[in-house]
Amino acid sequence: MALAGLFLILFLPVHLVINFMLLKSDPLPFNKAAQFMASFPLIRIIEIVLISAILIHIFYGIYIQLVNWRARPVKYAVQIRTKTSFFSKFMIWTGATVFIFLVIHFFNFYFMRLGLVQGNPEDFYSVAHSLFKIPAYNYIYLLCFILLGLHLYHAIISAFQTIGLNHRLWTPVVKAFAWIYAIIIPAGFAVISITIWQFR
Amino acid sequence: MNLTLKIWRQKDTKSKGKFVTYKMPDVSPEMSFLEMLDALNHKLIGSGDDPVAFEHDCREGICGSCGMYINGHPHGPVPAVTTCLLSMRHFSDGDTITVEPWRAKPFPVIKDLIVDRSAMDQIQIAGGFISVNTGAAPEANSILVPKKNSEEAFDSAVCIGCGACVAACKNASAMLFVSARISQYALLPQGKVEARERVRAMVAKMDELGFGNCSNTGACEAECPKQIRLVNIARLNREYYKAY
Amino acid sequence: MAVQIEKTMNMEKLDAKIPDGPLALKWTNYKASVKLVNPANKRKIDVIVVGTGVAGAAASSALGELGYNVKTFSYHDSPRRAHAVASQGGVNAAKNYQNDGDSVYRLFIDMIKGGDYRSREANVYRAAEVSNQVIDHFTALGVPFARDYGGTLNTRSFGGVQVSRTFYAKGQTGQQCLLASYASLNRQIKNGTVVMYPRREMLDLVVIDGRARGIIARNMITGEIERHSAHAVVLATGGYGTIFYLSTLAVNSNATAAWKAYKKGAYFANPSFVQIHPTSIPQMNEFQAKLTLMSESLRNDGRIWVPKEKGDKRPPNEIPENERDYYLERRYPAFGNLVPRDIASRAAKERCDAGYGVGPTGLAVYLDFRDSIGKQGKKAIEGKYGNLFEMYRTITGTDPYTEPMKIYPAGHYTMGGLWVDYELMTTIPGLYAIGEANFSDHGANRLGASSLMQIAADGYFILPVTINNYLSDQIRVARIPTDAPEFDEAERSVKERLERLVSIRGKQSATTFHKRLGLIMWNHCGMSRNEKGLLKALSLVKDLREEFWKDLRVPGSLYDLNQELEKASRIADFLELADLLILDALNRKESCGAHFREEYQTAEGEALRNDAEYTFVSAWEYAGEGKPHILHREELKFMEVEMKVRSYK
Repeated sequence: MALAGLFLILFLPVHLVINFMLLKSDPLPFNKAAQFMASFPLIRIIEIVLISAILIHIFYGIYIQLVNWRARPVKYAVQIRTKTSFFSKFMIWTGATVFIFLVIHFFNFYFMRLGLVQGNPEDFYSVAHSLFKIPAYNYIYLLCFILLGLHLYHAIISAFQTIGLNHRLWTPVVKAFAWIYAIIIPAGFAVISITIWQFR
Repeated sequence: MNLTLKIWRQKDTKSKGKFVTYKMPDVSPEMSFLEMLDALNHKLIGSGDDPVAFEHDCREGICGSCGMYINGHPHGPVPAVTTCLLSMRHFSDGDTITVEPWRAKPFPVIKDLIVDRSAMDQIQIAGGFISVNTGAAPEANSILVPKKNSEEAFDSAVCIGCGACVAACKNASAMLFVSARISQYALLPQGKVEARERVRAMVAKMDELGFGNCSNTGACEAECPKQIRLVNIARLNREYYKAY
Repeated sequence: MAVQIEKTMNMEKLDAKIPDGPLALKWTNYKASVKLVNPANKRKIDVIVVGTGVAGAAASSALGELGYNVKTFSYHDSPRRAHAVASQGGVNAAKNYQNDGDSVYRLFIDMIKGGDYRSREANVYRAAEVSNQVIDHFTALGVPFARDYGGTLNTRSFGGVQVSRTFYAKGQTGQQCLLASYASLNRQIKNGTVVMYPRREMLDLVVIDGRARGIIARNMITGEIERHSAHAVVLATGGYGTIFYLSTLAVNSNATAAWKAYKKGAYFANPSFVQIHPTSIPQMNEFQAKLTLMSESLRNDGRIWVPKEKGDKRPPNEIPENERDYYLERRYPAFGNLVPRDIASRAAKERCDAGYGVGPTGLAVYLDFRDSIGKQGKKAIEGKYGNLFEMYRTITGTDPYTEPMKIYPAGHYTMGGLWVDYELMTTIPGLYAIGEANFSDHGANRLGASSLMQIAADGYFILPVTINNYLSDQIRVARIPTDAPEFDEAERSVKERLERLVSIRGKQSATTFHKRLGLIMWNHCGMSRNEKGLLKALSLVKDLREEFWKDLRVPGSLYDLNQELEKASRIADFLELADLLILDALNRKESCGAHFREEYQTAEGEALRNDAEYTFVSAWEYAGEGKPHILHREELKFMEVEMKVRSYK
């Protein structure tokens, strides 16, 4: 769960860097990068790992959640009022939202490349630009990234704890990093979508 | 002060329980929460009712017998105290206090506020010990332990086994409890010899008994009357990976 | 009323079975000559252990390791709840790690002196001797004792002795030792040598042909009465200090198991020897169920005082220095605030009785840290007592850093208990008593930090050796059937008694009677006693007992989880045991250790021992319903030590 999650966390900045190429008026660099990602053998292997990581993460996430729900068959009349990390209580829901986005996202791009849906896999640039021009798509996109941020914040702290890394000095650093990361990554994606939507 | 108590009453494990409301006048702020319940029971016995069953023994916060879920908090709203040491001065006149038993699948209700916590014993029986026979111990000072490790081990070893961590956890996970025990032994050279077998056996038993999983929410740490820290859970995870 | 206590039977000698030879070699010689049971035969032998404190858990695990079939009983939900968990101070051992001149012999001398020459030399020497093994074993079991920077074990000085020999784990040594014993018990449960029966309360002992053969226990969830048989029974059921109702003990601690054994023929020794601890948090409200102990180590830096003016109601910080009476420093200039527990307790009672007490009830004295904080700084005091100060603040709501603590004595430990011989066997063959349940090692007063030492020594190292001597005869005795007529009879009488308790249907709750009994005992048979008061107590207890059986109310039924029934059953026994405490106190016409008879004191108000007439253990025998208890004497012979008068001036 934690390892798969951490791998997914590592993938996000790569995706973000490529997405920044969408801001160029020339579609070539982005499409080239997308092509490269789609054809370079090493990347193809990583892609398999990535897809597996997503599946493992989802599978375990759901499995653990079901066990956890079953562990308290009779609920309390008064909700638990302990002050804890707020977002940690909704991981399954923020995760589910991110998953829904992922499905849409796959329909738009990944499945196109696999030939499962119609479109030109050579020109993701145009696809992206045309999608970002749809206001509704933007709203959903932004909402999903906010939720991803919430998911990421607890995810990073939690993953380090789960793999057994909790240290007097380093854990505060991890927490600070989680904050920054959980803001920068969604903000980066959002900046791209808003820029294209409003200014292009 | 005058209080309204909503207390979970349940005849036995099989019966269905319900909340019963009691008016409790003239509660002195100097009472402990359990003394307030004693006073309620005194009244109930006087009027021919069945007193509220709850577990308690040392009444000084060390035996781990007492434990009830008070207004959304195991052991009540004050941090780092057990129910027996929770003073009524933390409540105010007119308050309504809801008292529930610990809720978790491995902790079935036995009666009213008493739950069966033997699952915690079973985890300990699975491996929470150092295998040394009486008479086989080496000279005490032949085992050197860095002062820091010994103190950290002590901080983990002070767990009283009350079950508040399980009660507080949204997943009813026993990880804080198990990690405290594992940590104590992991930090001491005496415990290292059978560390692998211990962590495997205890974690397997914990899972088998139906406790939930840790999702690092930290409610256990916040509610633990003995302030056992989350760092123990990280250590348990580490010990667990090392064991495979 | 006529008090028949002088009906002493001196003819029959109590045989303590003390081995021959020089004191230092007795235990070694005993071990070399004790009969053994071979491993194949051990598997055919059952042993019942009642109680899972350090002594009970230790004995269960050690017997399990040897290969006996052990059945262990506890009235708690888990063995780990036993009240050994609350012991704070530490474990004494004669390791001499500090190179300060300690030795087994010196620990032995300190214990004999601390017990005011009313304990058995051979037993005490053995306890001191075994103490070193206790530390080795606890360390190996993972007790996180305090350590020095080099990794070796640290010790502290405790209880007014001249050496530093107390091993400790902050203020929670008892908890750590209990959890270690619990862990070793768990290991044997896993191995299948011990079967654990939690939530079972022993309600009678079954004696067949003069030998202890089993117990009757109540399943505290279903109410079912169960029969359990064995070749031998070990009681590790603790002390009876809750007879005072308010005490530092756990509220469920009780004397029932020991009392049932007494009524089946086990002698009860020195019942009046009860230690009163000087520093507990005083009573604050009428529903208070217990008094919380504040470690005696606080007296190292706290100064005890009361106002010089009677009934001075000013807040303590407004009372100027010259209007404070530091009465311990005044009376005992050499030891000051560090006088032994009994002296400190009595002095506090004396001041409060004279009208100088403080707080709303007038039953408290101040323990002031102002001067120590001034001299050493708040940080240093926090380092030493931080957790205790925090606990005091949690309970009382006042901050001891800025305002003196209020303290008062409370019943704490019972030196008396079932009479046992050198082998820890009671006068019923096959019935053993270990830990606080026996009387063996502490004489008339217990030395600080020697309780954990004794209970662990009994459980791990002494009983598992001595019991073989008895069980070696038992290898041909088949498993004891539970359908013997003695089991029928015991079960019938237990059920009858419980039914009687439930069927009185009076008006007063069990706790009401317990409180009233506690007050009688505290006022007349507590830390200061006199004949008039004791006689009065005897008649008050008799009246209370009669009222109890007429006006008790126990709601609910027998076959249910019924906490009121549990309480009532225990209090019924306390109401009987109370007689024995009072009789023993009446009979002992001297002041020794914790037993202070006002008639026997020096001109300065110090205890006056009478060695010529009272150098004996009083061992009481139950003579039957309504008949006077019979007193036997076990004369104490001091071959090694010279009897001296304690002086703390």
